[in-house]
Amino acid sequence: MNKVYASAAEAVAGIPDGATVMVGGFGLCGIPENLIDALIATGVKNLRTISNNLGIDGFGMGKMLEAGMIAAHTGSYVGENRLLESMVIARTLEVTLIPQGTLAERIRAAGAGIPAFFTPAGVGTVVAEGKEVREFDGRSYVLERALPADYALIKAWRGDRLGNLVYRKTARNFNPMMAAAAKVTIAEVEELVEPGKIDPDHVITPGIYVQRIVQGAKYERRIERRTLRERQSA
Amino acid sequence: MPSEIDAKKRERIVRRAALELRDGFYVNLGIGMPTLVANHVPPGIEVILQSENGMLGVGPYPFPGEENPDLINAGKETVTELPGSAYFSSAESFAMIRGGHINLSILGAMEVDEEGTLANWMVPGKVIKGMGGAMDLVASARRVIVTMEHTTRTGAPKILHRCTLPITGLRVVDTIITEMAVITVTPAGLRLDEVAPGLTPDDVQQATEARLLISDNLQTITI
Repeated sequence: MNKVYASAAEAVAGIPDGATVMVGGFGLCGIPENLIDALIATGVKNLRTISNNLGIDGFGMGKMLEAGMIAAHTGSYVGENRLLESMVIARTLEVTLIPQGTLAERIRAAGAGIPAFFTPAGVGTVVAEGKEVREFDGRSYVLERALPADYALIKAWRGDRLGNLVYRKTARNFNPMMAAAAKVTIAEVEELVEPGKIDPDHVITPGIYVQRIVQGAKYERRIERRTLRERQSA
Repeated sequence: MPSEIDAKKRERIVRRAALELRDGFYVNLGIGMPTLVANHVPPGIEVILQSENGMLGVGPYPFPGEENPDLINAGKETVTELPGSAYFSSAESFAMIRGGHINLSILGAMEVDEEGTLANWMVPGKVIKGMGGAMDLVASARRVIVTMEHTTRTGAPKILHRCTLPITGLRVVDTIITEMAVITVTPAGLRLDEVAPGLTPDDVQQATEARLLISDNLQTITI
């Protein structure tokens, strides 16, 4: 078994036009920078993307927007893209916004063999329009379907040749569920190590969910909002 | 300067909201004004802040040079970890929210109505940004407090008979804290529990579209 690819370009090769592609990350934190760049370079078009956000103008998935390769997007918050606004108005991009917890659970459900589930989030709002609402023990819930994908592009801190992954801090976010929800999961890692180097008790995403793994060539790890506190002089 | 007045209003709102914290609470603070509640945790009280992007035990902003791109809050701001912090996936994060494990969610509002229905995510005709985790939080936190300025910048009421904007959650708000008042949502309607020093219940009612019931035990806001 060899899941290791020599470059991000080789790892994303073969993703066809019109594919449904999940992209891990929250804001710019924990996004697969190298895989995004490599995917843009393939010139693939009409992608249906699933990601909590859409990057920012000029970085992360914002670059995919600029490349005009996204036909439809499902996420929970897309507030940082000026380009997005003009594309939605011009109807060149279809955006579906859903509650963040519903997004996370729909992705998790897809990887866990759960076709649908009931959640209280969005009852009585536009989110519930056209969906079954059912009462359990006196409370209303809306039926939400699992959200699978053809490909998932995810980012971990460290991974081994077998695809076992470990994340760092809040860069974990949507990456583990997406790993399980796609037919083909492509993981990029900052450090690619030999099996045995990761303590089995510390594995967050077991390798069974990962089909391709690549060590990222370089990382910018850009910060979206640098908030600081002042040092008090002693 | 209006901005200074706003800052003082906000400070009063935030300080009053902080008095709702209880020892041992797991609390989710919304983006913007609610985040500032963390600066006013009363002495002797330990609360653990949850950030829905996958963290318990959110610490203060980092010192210059110590910021970490892999460590942010739900507002995408750089933060720090504390002894005892924990990280988890977005699915786990919303499972703990949906599962009713969050004692208190504090968030902002554009409108709240007399049934406690909240609108805070979208204004038709304006750019749609998305609801993020707000719909999940208000549906499932054990207690939901709205912190907001009592009226819009033009003085129009934000506490209404019925919300006019697309809603975030139906009958989800427990308490409204503004610079003018503390209001509790009850089955009978909105109950005015506290008024700011120097204001009368009538002043608050004038700035409120929904009819207010006056508490038998009406207090002055003390912070």
